[in-house]
Amino acid sequence: MLFGFEWDLSSPAAYAASILPILLIGMWVTIQATVIGFIVALVLGLVWAVLKAAPFRIIAWPATVMTEFIRDTPLLVQLFFLYYVLPEYGIVLPAFMTGTLALGIQYSAYTSEVYRAGIEAVAKYQHEAARALNLTPARTFTHIVVPQAVPRIVPAMGNYLVSIMKDVPVLSVVTVLEMLNVAKIVGDRTFNYLVPLSMVGGLYLVMTLVASAGVRLLDGWLPKQGVPLK
Amino acid sequence: MNDPIIKFDKVIKRFGDLTVLDELDFEVGRGEKVSIIGPSGSGKSTVLRILMTLEGIDGGVVTVNGEPLWHEEGPDGLRPASEAHLHKMRTQLGMVFQQFNLFPHMTVLRNITEAPVKVLGLSKAEAKGRAEELLELVGLADQAQKYPHQLSGGQQQRVGIARALAMRPNVLLFDEPTSALDPELVGEVLNVIGRLAEEHDLTMLLVTHEMRFAREISDRVCFFDQGRIREEGTPEELFTDPKEDRTREFLKAVLD
Repeated sequence: MLFGFEWDLSSPAAYAASILPILLIGMWVTIQATVIGFIVALVLGLVWAVLKAAPFRIIAWPATVMTEFIRDTPLLVQLFFLYYVLPEYGIVLPAFMTGTLALGIQYSAYTSEVYRAGIEAVAKYQHEAARALNLTPARTFTHIVVPQAVPRIVPAMGNYLVSIMKDVPVLSVVTVLEMLNVAKIVGDRTFNYLVPLSMVGGLYLVMTLVASAGVRLLDGWLPKQGVPLK
Repeated sequence: MNDPIIKFDKVIKRFGDLTVLDELDFEVGRGEKVSIIGPSGSGKSTVLRILMTLEGIDGGVVTVNGEPLWHEEGPDGLRPASEAHLHKMRTQLGMVFQQFNLFPHMTVLRNITEAPVKVLGLSKAEAKGRAEELLELVGLADQAQKYPHQLSGGQQQRVGIARALAMRPNVLLFDEPTSALDPELVGEVLNVIGRLAEEHDLTMLLVTHEMRFAREISDRVCFFDQGRIREEGTPEELFTDPKEDRTREFLKAVLD
């Protein structure tokens, strides 16, 4: 029994049907971790991108070093660090929060590069036209550069959304009951791993296909020339 | 020239080792229509880009309406201009770009009203009224709700002209406005510029390769060569009886 659900081992099909609700509970945790991790990655990545673009090296340089460090160390190492080292200094976070934070931080290093590339891809001519019209740099950034950068950013961000989703099982090592961890526990209890693990693979496929389709839809809906302003 | 609106006084501009403007002296009178012709790399476009504050200068003084453009009056003479000073000076100038440089994500109307609303502080209704008048002027009254990519190059450039005019500049700079257009679309843009030149007291500075057009609309034509004005005069003088060999060679090359 897990989460109050019993399993039925009379046949593979009955077994699968009986553990589906348990796996769906795990899947819901996976989705939450993905979404929160992705939001952290999007927001923190934007912060990195802005800091790295700062005209003062005293701001830009530490941001560059930090993102480089985050990118070049494994997610698992960062996760262990947050989960085991921080409590030594009195910072105790729930496992789920630690895990999603680690995911978000890891991916913020990647998303910051996507932002940078998207912003830089907006042609110099657009900046010149804005300057000739005497628009302020802030207005130019928010109303000329960002709307044109968004369609370039969306597909790459979509890839990272799927990557984050596929990295969520790493959180199982710090006891987060995401889908893979749930399936493993079910397997441990029933001595049948084939069915739950196959189901995790199938459910993952469904999730990633849906996420990819959503991103493609958004990408197709956004005009290539930028978010339209009437 | 009495009280020129634009004055270049021994202006130097370098890109690395290359001297693009070599102690250039150049003046444009109020309301004057001046064409700048010359081979590529002669510094023609740089003159416009300096005036639009898209490029700084390395020496000399540029004045617009009697006030230094790239300098400010300081306690001990001229000092380099602050961004606030450039912002103030830019209100007098407008530019039409070779590549149009419209904002691709904004409708034609929004392209024209964005800066008047945000920079000049016009109400949306006022800006819209002004934009509609200007679209009428450039013959695109029915295209206000379209996006730039839905228009031909010639139409886009006419929007570019309307957008620049919406800021009510004293001086309008045209940087090879027809060079990026298919030949059959050049005429419609030149017509608009020609009509502006005839009907408005706007000062116009035009860099162009359209010799016949330069001859038609200009009060004065300047032949640029190697960062200086090699020869200048009325279109009549310059095109029919050039004094300099370089001018003659250039005109022969482009007119044949």
